[in-house]
Amino acid sequence: MKRKFRVNRKLLKKSEELLFRVFMILSTTIIIMALLAIIASILIKGVPSLSWSMISETPKGGYYFGKEGGILNAIIGSLYLSTGATLLALVVSLPLALYINIHKMKQKRAVNSIRFILDLLWGIPSIVYGAFGFMLMVYLGLRTSLLAGILTVALFIIPIMVRSMDEVLKTVPKGLIESAFSLGSTKSETAFRIVLRQCIPGLITAVLLSFGRAIGDAAAVLFTAGYTDYIPTSLSQPTATLPLSVFFQLSSPIPEVQNRAYASAVILTIIVLIISITSRAFSMKYQKNKIK
Amino acid sequence: MINGSKINIEHLNLHIGNKHILKDIHVKIPEKKLTVILGPSGCGKTTLLKSLNRLTDLYPEVKTQGKIFNDNEDILHPKIEITELRKKMGLLAQSPYPLPMSIYDNITYGLRISGRRKKKYLNKRVEYYLRQVSLWEEVKDRLKDPASALSIGQQQRLCLARGLSVDPDIILADEPTSALDPVSSREIEELFLKLKQRYTIVMVTHILRQARRVADYVIFMYLGEIIEHGPAKQIFENPKNPITKSYIKGIYS
Amino acid sequence: MKAIALPNFKTRRVLRESGSEFWMKCCYILIWTMPIILLTGLIIKSATLFQEKSVLELLFSSKWKPLSGQFGFLPFILSSLWITFLSILIAAPICLLTAIYITQYTKRIVLKIMHPVIDILAGIPSVIYGVWGILIIVPFVAKMASWFNIQSSGYSILSGAIVLSVMIIPFVLNILIEIYRSIPLELSEASLSLGATKWETIKKVLTQKAFPGIISSFGLGVSRAFGETIAVLMVVGNVVQIPRGIFQAGYPLPALIANNYGEMLSIPMYDRALMLAALILFVVVTIFNLGSRYLINYYEKKI
Repeated sequence: MKRKFRVNRKLLKKSEELLFRVFMILSTTIIIMALLAIIASILIKGVPSLSWSMISETPKGGYYFGKEGGILNAIIGSLYLSTGATLLALVVSLPLALYINIHKMKQKRAVNSIRFILDLLWGIPSIVYGAFGFMLMVYLGLRTSLLAGILTVALFIIPIMVRSMDEVLKTVPKGLIESAFSLGSTKSETAFRIVLRQCIPGLITAVLLSFGRAIGDAAAVLFTAGYTDYIPTSLSQPTATLPLSVFFQLSSPIPEVQNRAYASAVILTIIVLIISITSRAFSMKYQKNKIK
Repeated sequence: MINGSKINIEHLNLHIGNKHILKDIHVKIPEKKLTVILGPSGCGKTTLLKSLNRLTDLYPEVKTQGKIFNDNEDILHPKIEITELRKKMGLLAQSPYPLPMSIYDNITYGLRISGRRKKKYLNKRVEYYLRQVSLWEEVKDRLKDPASALSIGQQQRLCLARGLSVDPDIILADEPTSALDPVSSREIEELFLKLKQRYTIVMVTHILRQARRVADYVIFMYLGEIIEHGPAKQIFENPKNPITKSYIKGIYS
Repeated sequence: MKAIALPNFKTRRVLRESGSEFWMKCCYILIWTMPIILLTGLIIKSATLFQEKSVLELLFSSKWKPLSGQFGFLPFILSSLWITFLSILIAAPICLLTAIYITQYTKRIVLKIMHPVIDILAGIPSVIYGVWGILIIVPFVAKMASWFNIQSSGYSILSGAIVLSVMIIPFVLNILIEIYRSIPLELSEASLSLGATKWETIKKVLTQKAFPGIISSFGLGVSRAFGETIAVLMVVGNVVQIPRGIFQAGYPLPALIANNYGEMLSIPMYDRALMLAALILFVVVTIFNLGSRYLINYYEKKI
């Protein structure tokens, strides 16, 4: 009697585990399938609309109604905007990340609180940055422009960039920093000449990641960068961007305009994929070259 | 010399990836004695200990050949009921790893897993095993506290009690005192001397003096091989192999 | 020659040092003041609304008529809550099961495959998720509604939640994988040597140990989901109403801000109402964000 009970218990345990393993495999498959479905649906819908004129011309007759032309305005605009924002963010992020990890090395509390603030800022949705930027622009009497877009996006990617750099710099062995100090180098020399060199691939990954965020975000530029059919020639002009090119043109009833949206989606996806793959390659290399 | 042997290891070879970690281990571990696996760090002592209850399964790329018999059952046989086997061997790790639950639940975990759920029985067992490791008086008023609130020495004794709770025949101890202060180490050693009346104990250590204090039987390992094994007295007083000799004299440690 | 060059070199060096340190300090202060500036800006801008309306009316009225000056946020708040919690409900089990699977059951290689999958999912822009939602999820949800005999265009709370759940999966999954990987192997060994099976060890020991971390990861997921804008906006329908079912259209807070920025200057008090929406987003997201982080730090010390 007792023996039978034990056997049943074991069977029960085994089948419970089996059931959950099935669920686990299912979940993992769902995630992989979701990714494939996203990429496939974008490619299937978008690749047929890609053509040379699509990527080499600006829209003709208005982006929302004109059937002719392509998305060059959005491609160039997005590159301008994200490059500008990334460079601007870099000017703040790199010194700050170094400062936290080298100058403030001993002040655990200060470092922890700034990380806390950065995490807080990272968590704030980009629409809030966008709304805030817009409010500020109205207050200052500015119009939507490339510059306003760059500033807003830079603000929004700074926490991302600093935190990713911080994660890299954290791993620098204390001994390396100390030996740099003991050779007589100042804190900033240690930071920019020794630590920077040690971490450069990881830092590039951080920059690429932030660039990806900048180019993909729509909510922050919606208010600030505006949208236009033309390629901006100065910082004070509004600019088109790829995410908004998708967003605006997709809602148009005209199929040709919708095609522009799908083409923009493909271009955007490809850019993001390239960024993802290169940054992974960089971080692999980083792990190989790191002095432990 | 050996009356009853509890575990027979026959030509055990173990590879991790391309590395040959254990080389042709062939030895018998005596019953109800305290066997010490002695040797410098990184010579495969811990791996040998963990292959005894197949915890080596947890590590990737581990390949084992050979046989380990426990009561005439081949431990390494793939079809063996591994959970039943592991229940026969209590494990004490290098530093204490209490399960993330209360002191009480740490002891009852193994019992409940094998289907014992009666409150009265569990209460009695908890007291019994905590007394076995002389922890009862210290914790009887706070059994529901998280186990992590105990001091590290108390935690290690709790882990020992937890290991005893499933009623094993064998206790496997992997440098059980290496994370402890001298007083707690002493307590663990004394417990082992008491427990070896009833259990077969296999203990890994690289501390020579500890081995001298507690061992009945010694297996001396070096670079993945057994150099010499025999009763403690013989190994410590009259080692045959020159490597053992120099280790005993304190050249390696 | 050298005697002249040396002090020159020295002063240059000192200048460079103090210059770079000055800039670093500026950046440091900038980050410190950013949240304060953001918060005060939003509060100042939306505060004037409170002079004319009571908080209760703003938060719990469902009348949204900007032209006649009625701003009841209830439909938007409820839509946001519905979508966020549905998405967590979908994402949470998937993430947990996957994290357990790839940290406990599979070989390293699967983790190596999953890492880029997670990275790419995390990197795909919101608007692409939106396009995918329109192409695949919306028709699917419309069909699903028809199984239940419900009329739905597919642009609904459920579509928003499904798209959103896929968006937060990489975020939550990454944290969970880290948590499960950081549990010492010795803990599994201890449980296994007491005769527990692998599944019992995972269920009763590892997940117990990871529990605060798991809750935190879900909390962080909520904070991510609550503020997501474009993707949700594209599939959720954007109808001002109190949602009464998952197949109905909703209108979450971020979508409200994004859709109306154009008109907000032409209608009195509208800009303040939208800033209030941004403020609500800021506060809710920050509470979930910091709460989860606090929880994980608190328990890391305890267990």
